[in-house]
Amino acid sequence: MARSKRSQPEINSSSMADIAFLLLIFFLVTTTIANDKGLTIQLPPKPEDMDIIDIKIKERNLFKVYVNSADRILVEGEILEDISDIRQKVIDHVLNNGRDPQKSESPKDAIVSYKTDRGTSYEVFIKILDELQGAYYDMYAERAGVTNKQWREIASDHKEPEKAKLYDIGRGLLPNGDVTFPMNISIAEPSKIGGN
Amino acid sequence: MSKFRKKAKTKQDIPTSALPDIIFMLLFFFMVTTVLRETTINVQQRIPQAIELRKLQRKSLVSYLYIGKPIKTEVFGDEPKIQANDVFIDTKDIVMWVTQEKDKLDEVERDQLTVSLKVDMEAKMGLITDVQLELRNANARKLMYSAPKRRAEN
Repeated sequence: MARSKRSQPEINSSSMADIAFLLLIFFLVTTTIANDKGLTIQLPPKPEDMDIIDIKIKERNLFKVYVNSADRILVEGEILEDISDIRQKVIDHVLNNGRDPQKSESPKDAIVSYKTDRGTSYEVFIKILDELQGAYYDMYAERAGVTNKQWREIASDHKEPEKAKLYDIGRGLLPNGDVTFPMNISIAEPSKIGGN
Repeated sequence: MSKFRKKAKTKQDIPTSALPDIIFMLLFFFMVTTVLRETTINVQQRIPQAIELRKLQRKSLVSYLYIGKPIKTEVFGDEPKIQANDVFIDTKDIVMWVTQEKDKLDEVERDQLTVSLKVDMEAKMGLITDVQLELRNANARKLMYSAPKRRAEN
């Protein structure tokens, strides 16, 4: 009697950890950590709203990428085998500044025109778009003096004044609001040779 | 020797009373970060990987479209289809779908709606451009091709 009075009544809690573990494992398994990452683009306004103006673009300012329904790539009229070569070609084209008469006059005038076929596979489309945007991110990053990865973070979120400043340097923002280094990637409507 | 004997008498157990607390903390972390998937995806999703990714800032402004071959090919055929929420939709329904998605947002944020396309790698560009055209018609012009990160090969 005396012994039992002295000891405090206790709930055995050694299995508590096990129960918690079970719950934990349940949540671990069911969790899908949402990854909202991807390649962002801005679509042009709807066709009816667009004023049809004939803007003359000089041939030399265009950098044409075309992918056919068999996923074969044509860059500036030449067949391209290795997708990773595109990046340097884009950079050479945009940063030409009028030196080579075949390439762009200035980064502001340079346009990358990306055209696919209806039968092009999405996989190749993404691979090339990735390289095209990557080329621009590389150039922006160099101008702003950051790494490519940092630049992409800045471009996604530049609310802080320091980041906003870097963002403006990268894009070459003039006081009047003009951007001297725009990312001109035009995704043209596809041709209809390959079918769906 | 007697020195060691004395030591052996002291308690050697590691106190485990804090273990449940630690586990609970982990548990709560996962409970808070978990977004339970509200839709079951009925199309194949092998999304091509990319390197130059950008993050979306506000998840509440994102709506998803899933495109790919239906998983139940015997019922729905094996042509790639568009899935929005829980149902398959046609390209012509996209305008209506966008309006519905915009209605869910605050009035000031409606033009910031971002559509995230989750597309199977085998889908063809024809379907994607049809979707894009409809999105332009619906004035939902912020688009993201959702893609997981690929590790650089070299």
